[in-house]
Parts: sequence; structure tokens; C-alpha cells
Amino acid sequence: MQKDTQNDWLFETTPRRKSFELNFKELYSYKDLLVLFIRRDIVSVYKQTVLGPLWFLIQPLLTSMIQFVIFGKFADIPSDGVPYFLFVLAGNILWNYFSLSFTGIAETFKKNQGIFGKVYFPRAIMPISISISNLFKFAIQFFLFVGILAYVIMNGGEVNPNMYMFTLPLILIVMALISMGVGMVVTSITTKYRDFTFILSFGVSLLMYMTPVIYPTSLAVEKVPEHLTNLIYLNPLTGLFDLFRYAFLGAGEINLLSLVWSAAFAILVYIFGLVIFNKTEKSFMDTI
Amino acid sequence: MDDIILKVDNLSKQYQLGQFGTGTIGRDVDRWWHRIRGKEDPYLKIGETNDRTSKGSSDFVWAIRDINFEVKRGEVLGIIGKNGAGKSTLLKLLSRITSPTTGSIKSRGRMASLLEVGTGFHPELSGLENIFLNGAILGMTKAEIKQKLDNIIDFSGCVRYIDTPTKRYSSGMNVRLGFAVAAFLDPEILVVDEVLAVGDAEFQKQAIGKMQDVSRNEGRTVLFVSHNMESIRRLCTKGLLLTNGVIKNKGPVNDIVNDYINLNTNKSASYMSIEDNPIRIQEIKLLNEGQIEQYTFNHDDDIYIRFELSISEFKAGMALFVMVLDKFSNRVFPTQIGLIKGKKVYTLRINDNFLVRGNYSLECFIHIPKVRQFDTLTSVCHFKVMDNYSDLLIHGDYNYGNVFGNCSWDIS
Repeated sequence: MQKDTQNDWLFETTPRRKSFELNFKELYSYKDLLVLFIRRDIVSVYKQTVLGPLWFLIQPLLTSMIQFVIFGKFADIPSDGVPYFLFVLAGNILWNYFSLSFTGIAETFKKNQGIFGKVYFPRAIMPISISISNLFKFAIQFFLFVGILAYVIMNGGEVNPNMYMFTLPLILIVMALISMGVGMVVTSITTKYRDFTFILSFGVSLLMYMTPVIYPTSLAVEKVPEHLTNLIYLNPLTGLFDLFRYAFLGAGEINLLSLVWSAAFAILVYIFGLVIFNKTEKSFMDTI
Repeated sequence: MDDIILKVDNLSKQYQLGQFGTGTIGRDVDRWWHRIRGKEDPYLKIGETNDRTSKGSSDFVWAIRDINFEVKRGEVLGIIGKNGAGKSTLLKLLSRITSPTTGSIKSRGRMASLLEVGTGFHPELSGLENIFLNGAILGMTKAEIKQKLDNIIDFSGCVRYIDTPTKRYSSGMNVRLGFAVAAFLDPEILVVDEVLAVGDAEFQKQAIGKMQDVSRNEGRTVLFVSHNMESIRRLCTKGLLLTNGVIKNKGPVNDIVNDYINLNTNKSASYMSIEDNPIRIQEIKLLNEGQIEQYTFNHDDDIYIRFELSISEFKAGMALFVMVLDKFSNRVFPTQIGLIKGKKVYTLRINDNFLVRGNYSLECFIHIPKVRQFDTLTSVCHFKVMDNYSDLLIHGDYNYGNVFGNCSWDIS
């Protein structure tokens, strides 16, 4: 039986593949691996700790308390009329999701070179698993936030959650796309040019100050010269933070244009990230 | 079956040497510019064969170049070659870890590669959790792993520790667990790098047995890379010999192994190790009474053979075994010395008036008798013994054997 000439090869490896190629069928066949990676990322964090998953709660709580004292009390930063602690907690859990997901993905190639150098599996699984495992961590923190929110409401706090809270999945999807997109770009470039690891380490903390985490957007708009207001909304995260706070606290206002920009940016950067990631994964073992 | 499962066409891989720095950006931009205009990559034209010993002029080398071969279903192909011949690069390309510079690899079967066992083990997770994780990384589904779980745990021999984090495992247990998972993979093509070089003797036997099982009884296609000619000969049906990134020869495994051995025996008298086994015979020199290197001796000279060993980890019971071979590689006599911890140099004296004229060589290895054999050298250190007017010289060219008899006559 000679079937050498037929094109019934299961797969073929050649120097160049199409730029945009995400083999969904292959990705799907590795879904168990995805689940296990997610599980590993969550479980391994609190192994051999007494408090276990509670650490996911302690971290944002303590951060928010300190910020409440420093920024809310000492610096007297306004919070659109809602309790500053809740205001900053909302900012923190959302920021945590973004930054953990982004920094995790941005180190995909570097951190996993051991595995990647030994076994083939669709590399795109890694960014997805990091993003989803952080979503679980976010969920835990989100329930904490909701609990405190309920407590504040019962004690007559001036917050009013509204129907916009049902946009939360959308907010998370857009944030996930942005963190994956930018993360994949950064991790691809760092395989060859390590310069970006330096930018990454302080860039993330700088970005936090450019995002309305500890201050309301209204304050920024007020202080920045009028012709530069658009710069505030150039950060694709700004609109999302505003929407989240408006939905759950009734604080601030929604800027529709900035939301459209966020969504558009998310889609573009994700596609771009995917292309460059796909290109890199084929040969990064040679350069890393 | 005449069914080709894997086909490699004109496969080449180029690597850039030296440091990556600002120069790389310029080159990347140049490449990109050529590509946009639809021109050929200018850096593909340059590059040299991969010979690590000579200093080349180009920054690019071809780790492997223009490799063509086919593997039929059920074949076990042994890939051999010296360090740096391109074996690992070929394996990496085959297992899709990196992509080729030119050429293609086509496959009709699911492929799993075992370049290292226990890949992706997370030290904080338990043995059981790691079985699932490792299995999934190697391409198994959860259901498949569940189905084979009992067998895997059984094979690993780590039942008692299965709920303990793998960071508490000994290195041997880690390897066992990793190999156990890998052993129960069932892809159509299995790519194996020298994973068998680890673990204790019992486990090695178990591992080799499993490999034989997989290839012989289950008719699986296996690509196997090893420096151990013994296991290559035992496991493989076909062989592929690589030197400096090109195929030197391919065919039935025995021919290829012989080729490889001939490649290594430079018919010179002294021997220098080119491998980097942790336990090895580093150097062998033949000396005369005056400690001067010499390859031709008179039959009434003492012959000194100086062995320098390199032993990274001394184990009790280690011994150096030496067999003197005649020109037909028949064994003349054996001798053995127990190794002493910390000592590296062992000198053997073959007394005068023992070997008769002829050409001789040595076969030697370090071993722990009946347990494990380390570095095995066959047919090294060729030397010559000449007759310095012994009583037998009157017989001319008559073949009078290998040794002078240690005997006496009684005349009555």
C-alpha cells in the first residue's frame, strides 16, 4: 500500500505558518490540560499555608485599609460620595485581576521555558489558563466585596447598586482580552529583547497610578487641563473602572465613548497579541 | 507494512551564535524588509556546518542540514551520533518544540515526545495531582489517565507517597513517577531521548523492558536517541547516524552502530573521552618503563597502561575492568582493579615476556559488578608488540597465539 503521495498527513511542520492561526480543534483537544493548569495555578498558591484560600481575601483587605488611612484620611482624596474604603476596595479587586493576569501572561515564555522546551502542546493554553485562574481569584475577592457592600447598605450607607451590575461579565471579558493581548505582546518581545522585562516591572505600578484605582476619574478630570481630558480616557482601563464603580456603588458616571474605546482596544490588541504570540511560539526556544 | 508514518524532507535548522544584542535588531529589520518585498531571507545563504571544535567565520551555523528520511509504521529508529551531531535539534524539530529553518516534517500519527520525564511536575502538588498534570501535558485526556491510573501508580512503585507533594520525593522517585506516566502514553509515534540513563539498575531494567514491550508487542513507532549502543542495538530495528548535522548513514541498526563505533575508534594508541558521562574513563595512555608514551613495544618490555578516571560520584564496589583483545578482537585476558575513593589514576603493568608479537587493543569499563556498567570502551588503544629475538622467532610468520606460556618443561 503506497500512499506517500496522498495528502493525508495528520500534521505538517514547516518553517512558516500563517500569521493568524489558532487551531481551535487542537486547542479543544487539550481542554483537560487547560483545566488542570487552572487548578494548579489556584491550588499551588496556598499549599502549605494554614489560612489557605483566605489569603486571597486578606491581601486586598489589608491593602484597602492602608489606602483608606493614607489616601482617604491623610490625603483626603474624594470618592464620589461613597465610603472611601468601599471605593478603593472596588478599585483594588479589579486592578488585582488585571495586573496579576497581565504580569502572569507577560512572563509566559520565560517562566515556562522548561516545559515548552520539552513538550509540545498549544502554547496559547497558557495565557488563557492564567487569565481564567485569576478570574477565580477575582471571584473570591468579589464575594468579599459584595459582603462588605451588603453590610454597608444594611447600616444605611450611601451606596446604590443598580441594574448596570449585570455588565460585570462584559467588564471582565474586556479586561481579560486587554490583559491577554498586551501580555502576549510583551512576552513575545521579551523572548528576544529582555529590555521589556525592566519596563514591565515598574510599568505596571506606574499604570496603576494612571488608572483610577485610588482616586475617582472625576478628580482627574477636574485637575487636568481641559484640553488634556481625553488623555485620561486614552487609558482603556479608565472606562471599565468607572462602569464597575457606577454599577455597584452608584458612584461617578459612565463615559460611553471611553467604553467603546476600551472594547475596540481590547479586540485589536488581542488579535495583535495572538498574531505575534503565534509567530513567537514556533521558534522562541532558539532565542530565549 | 509499507506504510510511511513520518516523512522528513530537506530539514535544516540554522542557529545564531554568540550574544544577542543591538546587532540583532538590525538583522531582524533587514530580514523583515526582505520579506515584505517578497525576497529571500539573506541570512539563509550564509552559515557553516556545525563543527564546534573549529572556529568558524560566520555567526550562523547549521545544526542540522538537509536531512531526509522516512519512518514506517512499527519501526524503531535509533538516532545516534556524537555530542553536537544534531540529535537533540532533530528531536526538538520532530516534537514541534521549535520549527525548522527550511524543509518539512509530515506525520500521520499522534506524536508524543519524552525528552525528559516528569516535565511540568509542580513540586507543591501531590504525586496523584502531578500524574494528571503531567499526563495532560503529554497529551492524554483526563479520562484516559483515570483509566490507567492504577497501572501508572503500580508501575511507579510510589503508592505510599502518592498523596505527598512531589517536592518531598527523592530524585529517583520523581523519575519513576515521570516515567510511569510516560510509559502509559499511547501515541502512534513516541520520541524518546536518553531517559533511561537515570534511576537504579532495577528501574532501568523495568524501563527498557517497557520500551521493548511498547515497540515489539504493541507495534508502536519509536524514535530513540541514546549514546548507549547496547540499548540501541536491543531496542531498534533501524539506525540513523548523524555527524556534524548531516546524515552519515542510515539502515539496519547493526551496520549503523558499527559505523558509529568505527567513527569513534580513531586507531590511535591513546584514548581521550569525548563523552561527558559523569562516570567515565577520561584518558588512557600506553607508557614504557621510563613513563614515556609509546605504542610499539618489544616482547621483553614491560607495558604500562595508565588509566585516568573521572568519577563524579563514588559508589562502593566500583571497579575498573580491562580486557586485552587481539587483532581479531578475541579476548586474550581480563584483569580488574577495585577503585579507591578519591584516586583517579590506575596504572596496569603487563609484565615482559607475556604478550607475543601482534596487534592488540583494549576493552574496558567501570562497573559495579553485577549491578551497573558505566563507561564502556571497546577496541581502544591499539598497540603493537614486536618480537625482540625470542626463541620462537625461528618460526617466521607462523601464528603462535597471543601469550607466552607460563609453563616449564621437565625432561627425563
